Amino acid sequence: MARYILARLLGAIPTVFLVLTLVFFAMRILPGDPAVAALGDNAQPAQLAQYRAKMGLDAPLPLQYVHFLAGLAVLDFGQSFMSDTRVSTLLLHNLPYTIELTVTAVLIGLVLGIPLGVLAATHRNRLPDDAMRIYSLIGYAIPDFYLGAILLVVFSLWLGWFPINGAGTGFWGGLYHVILPAITLALLKSAFIGRLTRASLLDVLGRDYVRTARAKGAGERRVIYRHGLRNALLPLSTGIGLSILATLSGSVAVELVFNRPGVGQLLIEAIHQRDYPVIQGGVIIFALFVVLVNLAMDIVYVFVDPRVRVQA
Amino acid sequence: MSDVNAPADIDRLGAMVAREPIAPEPRFRDLVVRVIFARASTSIAAIVVVIFFVIAAGATWIAPYDPLEQSFIAVNQLPSWQHWIGTDQFGRDVLSRLIYGSQNSLVFGALSPLFAAIIGGILGVSAGFFGGVTDRIVRRIIDMLMAFPELLLAILIAAALGGSFWNVIIVLTVAFTPGFARVARASTLAVKQEPYVEAAVAAGVRTPVIIFRHVVPNILAPIVVLMTLWSASAIRVEATLAFLGLGTQPPHPSWGNIIRDGLENMFATSWPILAGGFAITVVVLAISILGDSVRDALDPEVNQ
Amino acid sequence: MSGKLLDIRGLSVEFGPVRNPVRVVDDVSFAVRPGEAVGLVGESGSGKSITALSVLRLVPEPPGRVSGHILFEGTDLLPLPRSRMNAIRGKEISMVFQEPMSSLNPVMTIGEQVAEVLMLHGETDRERRRARVIELLGLVGVPDPQSRLSAYPHEFSGGMRQRVMIAIAVACNPKLLIADEPTTALDVTIQAQVLELMLDIRRRYKSAILLISHDLGVIAEICERVVVMYAGRIVEDAGIRSLFAGPKHPYTQGLLKSVPTLFDDRRRLYQIPGSVPTPGSSRQGCSFRPRCPVALDRCATETPPLIHHGAGHLAACWAIAAEDAA
Repeated sequence: MARYILARLLGAIPTVFLVLTLVFFAMRILPGDPAVAALGDNAQPAQLAQYRAKMGLDAPLPLQYVHFLAGLAVLDFGQSFMSDTRVSTLLLHNLPYTIELTVTAVLIGLVLGIPLGVLAATHRNRLPDDAMRIYSLIGYAIPDFYLGAILLVVFSLWLGWFPINGAGTGFWGGLYHVILPAITLALLKSAFIGRLTRASLLDVLGRDYVRTARAKGAGERRVIYRHGLRNALLPLSTGIGLSILATLSGSVAVELVFNRPGVGQLLIEAIHQRDYPVIQGGVIIFALFVVLVNLAMDIVYVFVDPRVRVQA
Repeated sequence: MSDVNAPADIDRLGAMVAREPIAPEPRFRDLVVRVIFARASTSIAAIVVVIFFVIAAGATWIAPYDPLEQSFIAVNQLPSWQHWIGTDQFGRDVLSRLIYGSQNSLVFGALSPLFAAIIGGILGVSAGFFGGVTDRIVRRIIDMLMAFPELLLAILIAAALGGSFWNVIIVLTVAFTPGFARVARASTLAVKQEPYVEAAVAAGVRTPVIIFRHVVPNILAPIVVLMTLWSASAIRVEATLAFLGLGTQPPHPSWGNIIRDGLENMFATSWPILAGGFAITVVVLAISILGDSVRDALDPEVNQ
Repeated sequence: MSGKLLDIRGLSVEFGPVRNPVRVVDDVSFAVRPGEAVGLVGESGSGKSITALSVLRLVPEPPGRVSGHILFEGTDLLPLPRSRMNAIRGKEISMVFQEPMSSLNPVMTIGEQVAEVLMLHGETDRERRRARVIELLGLVGVPDPQSRLSAYPHEFSGGMRQRVMIAIAVACNPKLLIADEPTTALDVTIQAQVLELMLDIRRRYKSAILLISHDLGVIAEICERVVVMYAGRIVEDAGIRSLFAGPKHPYTQGLLKSVPTLFDDRRRLYQIPGSVPTPGSSRQGCSFRPRCPVALDRCATETPPLIHHGAGHLAACWAIAAEDAA
C-alpha cells in the first residue's frame, strides 16, 4: 500500500511542475507592463527601469524562471507590487479563512447530501425522490454568488441574524461569520452529493450481493446502510473530491459576496490591481490544492476499496 | 461549481454510441417533437428558452429604456409602473439592463460551447482515430484540464488574460474543450470498431472520407447533447466571471455584473440582485432540463 | 413424510405495464416434501429462476408482480410482513445463487459475511459465531479456514466463492435449500466438486433441496424428482427414473434426446427445432406448439392442463392425453 501511495505522489510531480511552468509563462507573456501597472501611467522611464531591476523583471526569461522555481522551493512567491508585503505573508494570512470556509461547507454538504440521497434512492419515483430531483436541478442552475446574495439580503440585511461581512475572531466569532457563506456553498454541494448518492446507491442496491444480503434475512436498514451505502461510497468518494474542488472554486465568489478575507478575495483584488506576483501566488495555491485533493482522493480510495488495497 | 456532474454525463454519452441501437434511428424532427412534448417540465423549459431567445434577439425593441442611460434624479428607485424592477445606483432601468444582459448570456452560451465542440471534436476524433502518440498527448491534456473545476480554470485564465469579450470566449472555450474531446474520443473509438468502418478501412477508403462519412455523423448526437448542457454552464460561468469583474465589463450590462452592482448598493435596493439572479437561474434551469431530456431520449437505457 | 414442506399453488409473476403485462411465470404449481430434492429444469427464459426467487420473495416489486400462493409449512409467504419474512430467509429457507463472482459483498470479509447470517438469526456471542464460521468454512472445503476469515471475496476463486455461498446457505440448518444454477458459472472440474458438496450437505443436514438448472445431467445426480418448465409453465413433473425412462411431453423428450451420452453413436446431437418464444408473446394455446413434432389442432387454441399420466407423473400435452384416451 505504501508503494501505491508513493507511486501516486510521484505521479503528481509532473503535473505540479507543468502547472507551475504554465503559470509562470502565462504571467510573462501578458499584455501590459507590470512596472507600468505598479507605478501608474505617468511614471518616468528611469523609475520604471529602477522598478524592473528591483523586481528582477529585467533579467532574461530563463533566468527569471530559475529564480521563480528556486523561490518556490523555499515557499517564496516574491513580493507584492502594490504593498511592500511578501506574497507568502499575504497567502498565509488569507489561507486559513478559505480553508475554514471550504471545510465547513463540505462538512455541511455531506451531512445534508448523503441522507437526502439515501432518502431519494429508497423512495424511488415517490415524493422524496421527485423533491430531490427538483432540488438538485435548482442546485445546479443557481449560481453560488446569487444564492449567497439572497441569503445575505434575507438573513443579514432584512432579519439581521448574521453579520454582513468580515470573518470574526475566535472560535465562536469565526463560526458566526462563516456559517452563512458556508451554507451557501453547502446547499449547492448537498444537491450534487445527494444526486450522486442516489445514483450510486440505486446502482448498488440492484447488485447480486445485495440480493444475497436480503436472502440472508437482513432487514431493509441493514441492507441499505451496511451493504448498500458502504459500496456506494466507492464512486461517491470521487464525487466528494470533485465537490471539494467545486467548493473551493465557489469560495472565490462567495468570499466576494460576503466580503470575507480569503485567497479568492486576495486573488480577485490582485487581478484588478494587476499585482502579478500575488496573482501568481494565488493561482499556484489553488492549483496545488486541486492536485492535492485529487491525490488525497486516490489515497482515500485505497482505504475504502479492499480490491485496490491488494493491487497496491 | 456543480458542473462536477459533467464527467459522469460524459461517460454515459460516450457509452451511448457504443451501444447498439434497439430501433432504427428516429428522424431528427420526430425526436425533437417527442422530446419537447414528452413531459410538462420539458415543454415549459422549451417555452422559457424560446422566450429567452426572443428577448435577446429583440432587446432593442423590447427594452423600455436605454440600459446605459443614467439619470441622477431617478437613482435607487423601487419597482413602479415606470421602472418595473426599479433603478440602480446610477438611475439606470434595471429591467432594460436585464433585457440587454440576456444578449450577452446568449452570445456566450451559444458561442463558447460551439467553439469548444469544434476544437474538442477535432482533438477527440484524431486521438480516437489515430491512436498512438496523438492519443497519448491528447489524453494527457484532457486529464490535466479535467482535474480543474471549470470555474477555477476560467478564473485562472481570466486572471492571466483579463476580461475582454474575446478573452472570456477563450476562457470558456478552453474550460469546456476537454469534455468534448473526451466524448468525441470515446465515441470515435466505439464507431471505429464497427464492422462497416473496419470494412471501409480494409477496402482502402481514404481516411478523411471515413472520418466524415462514418465517424462524424455518429458522434454528432452526444456532442449536441453536451453542447446544450454546457451552454447552461457557459451562461452561469460567464455570469460568475462578470460578477467577479473578470468578464463583461461595466457599463455594458451582463447578468453577472448587474448583481455585482446590486451588491455594492444593497443597502439602498435589493431588487437588482434578486432579479438578476432570478434571470440566470431560470434560463440555466430551462436549458439544463432541455439538455437532460434530449440526452434521456437518445439514451436507450433510460427509456426502459 | 407425506406433508409438504413447500407448496407452490398457482404462482404467476408479471413484469411490464399492467395493461399489457409480460407473464414470466404462468400459473405454476408444484410441491417439495421435507428432505426431498427436486430439480427445476428449463431453458433460459423459461421462468425457473424467477420461480425460485419468488419463494424467498426476492423478485423486485415493482417492477415485478407476484400472485398466487407459496405455502411453506402451511403458511403463505406472499402476504407475510417483512419482519417475519426476514426471520425465514436464511434460516428456514436459504438460497445459493448462480453468480458466485458477484454474489458476495466486495467490501466485507468472508468471515463477516458468513457470520452475518448467524448474527441475524440469533447467535449473539461473537466467539461462538467465529468458531461456527470456521467450522462451516471447513465443512464446505475452504482450506485453512481460520486464516481465510479476514480475506475479501476478490481473493477467492469462483469455486471457492460458491463454497462460501453454500456455507452461508447452510449456516442455520435450513429446512429448504434453493440452489439457482449453482454450478453453471464454474469450470467443469469445479462443478463436480460443488455438486459433491451439495450431496454431502444433503446427507448431513437432511434439508430439502430445490435445484434449478438447465442441465438434466446435474439434476439427475442430486434429485429424486424433476419439474420441467417451458415458457413460464410447467410441462412435466415426474420422478427422476420415470422421467428418464419415459418422458411424456414432447419438449422433455427433445430435451433428453439432446443430452450427449458416452455411448453415443449419433453423428449429431438432436436439436429441438425453433427457439424459445420470447416472454409475453401469444398466450393462446400451448406455447410449445410451434416447435412440436406431434402438435394437434386444439394445441393452437387451448392451453393443455397438467394431468396425471401414471402414478406421480404429470404432463401438460394434448397429444399424450389423446394417446392415453385411445
